[in-house]
Amino acid sequence: MLELRSITAGYARNAPVVRDVSLTVAPGESVGLLGPSGCGKSTLARVAALLHRPDSGTLLLDGEPVRRWRHRAPREKRTAFGVVFQQARLSADPRLPLTDLIAEPLRATGRGDEVPGRIAELAPVVGLTSDLLTRRPHEVSDGQLQRACLARALVLRPRLLVCDEMTAMLDASTAAALVAAVEDYRAATGAALLAVGHDRTLLRRWCDRTVAWDSLI
Amino acid sequence: MSAGLDVTPPVLSVRGLSVRFLMPGGRRVAAVTDARFDVAPGECLALIGESGCGKSVLASALLGLLPGNARTAGSALLGGLDLLTADERTLARTVRGRLIGLVPQSPAAHLTPVRTVRSQLEETVAALTATRGRAALRAAAEAAAERAAFPADHLDRHPHQLSGGLAQRAATALALVGDAPLLLADEPTTGLDRDLVDRTADELRRHVDEPGEGGRGRALLMITHDLAAAERIADRVAVMYAGRIVELADAAAFFGSPGPRHPYSRGLLQALPDRAFTPIPGMPPELGDLPDGCAFAARCDRATDACAAPPPPGTVACHHPHVPEDVRA
Repeated sequence: MLELRSITAGYARNAPVVRDVSLTVAPGESVGLLGPSGCGKSTLARVAALLHRPDSGTLLLDGEPVRRWRHRAPREKRTAFGVVFQQARLSADPRLPLTDLIAEPLRATGRGDEVPGRIAELAPVVGLTSDLLTRRPHEVSDGQLQRACLARALVLRPRLLVCDEMTAMLDASTAAALVAAVEDYRAATGAALLAVGHDRTLLRRWCDRTVAWDSLI
Repeated sequence: MSAGLDVTPPVLSVRGLSVRFLMPGGRRVAAVTDARFDVAPGECLALIGESGCGKSVLASALLGLLPGNARTAGSALLGGLDLLTADERTLARTVRGRLIGLVPQSPAAHLTPVRTVRSQLEETVAALTATRGRAALRAAAEAAAERAAFPADHLDRHPHQLSGGLAQRAATALALVGDAPLLLADEPTTGLDRDLVDRTADELRRHVDEPGEGGRGRALLMITHDLAAAERIADRVAVMYAGRIVELADAAAFFGSPGPRHPYSRGLLQALPDRAFTPIPGMPPELGDLPDGCAFAARCDRATDACAAPPPPGTVACHHPHVPEDVRA
C-alpha cells in the first residue's frame, strides 16, 4: 500500500513542479497516471519511488511514513520498489554488460550469490537471449536495452513497480511484450504498479484504474 | 494514388538499395537489403518497423552520411542524381538542405545550444539561398519561422528555453529553408506526447500538401515506429523487417480494411494497445546473421518448409501472405 498525501515537490526554491497532490496505490492494484509532457507526473513518480525528496507532504509505505529518501532511505524500503525509466540509454551504465546491469541491485544489497539463478529466471521473462546478455548497452537496440532495464527492476522482487513512460521510445511489438512481462510478474507476485504516461489508450488497456493529472490538482 | 495512373515522375526513386557494414574479422552486417520504392510529389511514404530494423541506416544512405565501413549497392535517384554514387562535394553543396530537407529525430540535440533560433535560421537562410543583407536575412528568417508555425516572439530564445514541440518546429523551419523537393523525417515524433505527435504529424502533412517550387507538392519520407503517426498522415506505407521492405501498401487499406498482408505487418498492428495488444513472439534476428530464407519465419505462425527459401519479390515479400478472403473468414 502506497499513499502520497498532499505532496509538493520541485527542483528550485519557491517553484514547485508538483503542488499538493495526493494519490493512493492499493496492494496489488495497478494505477495509470496520465498527463501531458512537462506536467510534473515524472517528478511525482520519482517521489513515489523514494528517488526525490518532496518539499512537503507525507508518503506512507504500508502505513508507515517515509522519512528518508534516495540513498538515505532504509534498504528494506528502497528495495520494495522497482523502477523503469523512459530512456533506457540514460539509465544504463554503458560499461556494464547486460548481465551485470541486471545483477547490480543484487550485488548492491549483498545478495551476489543469487545472481546466476535470478538471471536464468528473468532472461526468458523479459525475452532476452543468452547472446544478448554478454553485450554492453551500445551493442543492443533501445528495445533490447529496455528489456534489460525491466529485468533489473524485477530482480529484487519488488512489491511495487514504478514505470515512468516505460514504452514511449519503443515500437508497438516491444511495448506490448514489456507490458505483458510486467503483468505476468504482477500476476505471479501480487505486486502493485504505478504506470506513468501520456498514452491514454495504452494506460486504459494496461491498468485497473487511470488517474488524469488534471483531476489531482 | 495508384502507381499505374501516376504520370508525374517520382521525386525519389530507390532501386535495389543495399547497405553492408564490414566489421572486424571479415563479418558483414546486412543493414539494408534490396530496398525498392518511389516517393511522388505531394505524397507521404511512411517507413515503419521495429527499432534496429535498418530504417535509419536507409535514411543515412540517402543523405550520404554512412560511416566509412559501409558499402552500398543499387541506386537512389533524386531528379537526375544518384545519391549513392554522388561524391561528398555534390552531397554537401547540392543535396543536403537543398534537395533533401532533414527533420531530425531529436530537435533539441539538432539545434546549436549556444545560439538563438533566429541566429540559426539566418545562418541557414544565408547558406542555402541568395538572400543577402542584414534586414533581408532577418525578414527571410522570420518568414521561414512562420512557415513552420514557429512563433515570432520565441525567435530570440535559445533551444533549452523551448518546449519539445517548439524545438520540433524550429528544426522543421530549418529543414524547409532550402525549399527541398524531398523532406526526410527520421522519427520526428519520438518522445512527444500524443497531442504533440498529432500536431507535428499534421504540420508535416501540411508541408507535403503545400505546393512548392513549380506548383507541385513536396514529397515526404517519414521514418517512424509510431504507427499512429503513420496512420494519421501517410498515403502509402513501407514495412521494414530485418533490413528488407517486406510490404508496400496503400495506407488506407493497410490500417483499415482489408488490412496488412504480410504476417509481420499484421503482428505489428495487433500489438497496438487499441487492437489485440499482443506482442509478436520472439525477437528480430541479428542483422549480421540472417537466415537464407524468410527472416521472419522463426516468429511466424504461418511458416512452412517453403519459408526456408527467400520470399518472392513483389509488394508483399512472403510465401504465405494473407489474402482478402482470410480477412473475411
